[in-house]
Amino acid sequence: MSKRFLYVNRKAPYGTIYALESLEVVLIGAAFEQDVSLAFLDDGVFQLVKGQQTDELGVKNFSPTYKALGDYDVNKIYVEKESLEARGLSLDDLLPLTYEDEDDDWAEKDSIKLVSAAELAEIMEAQDVVLSF
Amino acid sequence: MKFSILVSEGPYTHEAADTAYNFTKAALEKGHEIYRIFFYHDGVNNGTRLTTPPQDDRNIVNRWSELAQAHELDLVLCVAAAQRRGIADADEAKRNGKDADNIAPGFRISGLGQLIEAGIESDRLITFGD
Repeated sequence: MSKRFLYVNRKAPYGTIYALESLEVVLIGAAFEQDVSLAFLDDGVFQLVKGQQTDELGVKNFSPTYKALGDYDVNKIYVEKESLEARGLSLDDLLPLTYEDEDDDWAEKDSIKLVSAAELAEIMEAQDVVLSF
Repeated sequence: MKFSILVSEGPYTHEAADTAYNFTKAALEKGHEIYRIFFYHDGVNNGTRLTTPPQDDRNIVNRWSELAQAHELDLVLCVAAAQRRGIADADEAKRNGKDADNIAPGFRISGLGQLIEAGIESDRLITFGD
């Protein structure tokens, strides 16, 4: 029986290694055929911002990897509305993350869902395993 | 109850390693099972035997090794996180052309799949860190 795993991403993509190492867990975890969701809140919403440029930092821009999540059947990506708005961002600022829905003739669909803090609390409540990074 | 523990911060810098140890010890004393303790991020620094704290301070690494020996605990350091931070066992040192290893007794190095498996197999997976 599969379990419901939620990966909670709270930190900015650069400055600390948490975001990168969280993504590594998600990619490895995808092989275990569990029910996987991702949540992005607080500064974690910056992880999904498109057009990231890290050349001057001298660190690798790993954000293109998020686009591969759909191919790993990781397609429930929740972004907290309040966190996004507090940082002056909207859905248009985020990477277009999509997946092909095998139950709907492989139609391309958006993986990102904007949810309120209250809705996110309910999503967290429904999980078996919550890993926060 | 069957617990697994995730330690995601380094020893001494952060209290997470102490709290995780105290929780593990208390859970064992109450008769619970500890399925696995997984060390990630700077948490892998809990597993280097080269740690030498001042004599009047606790030795966090030795403490884990002793607890592991007494209760046959499975202490796992994430291989990718360990490689980044210079933690190696004999095999890893050889494979990466290093002239020494530093893993502490009772620890082993393995992949992130061990963390996911711990989440699947345990009643509760508890994170100690930020």
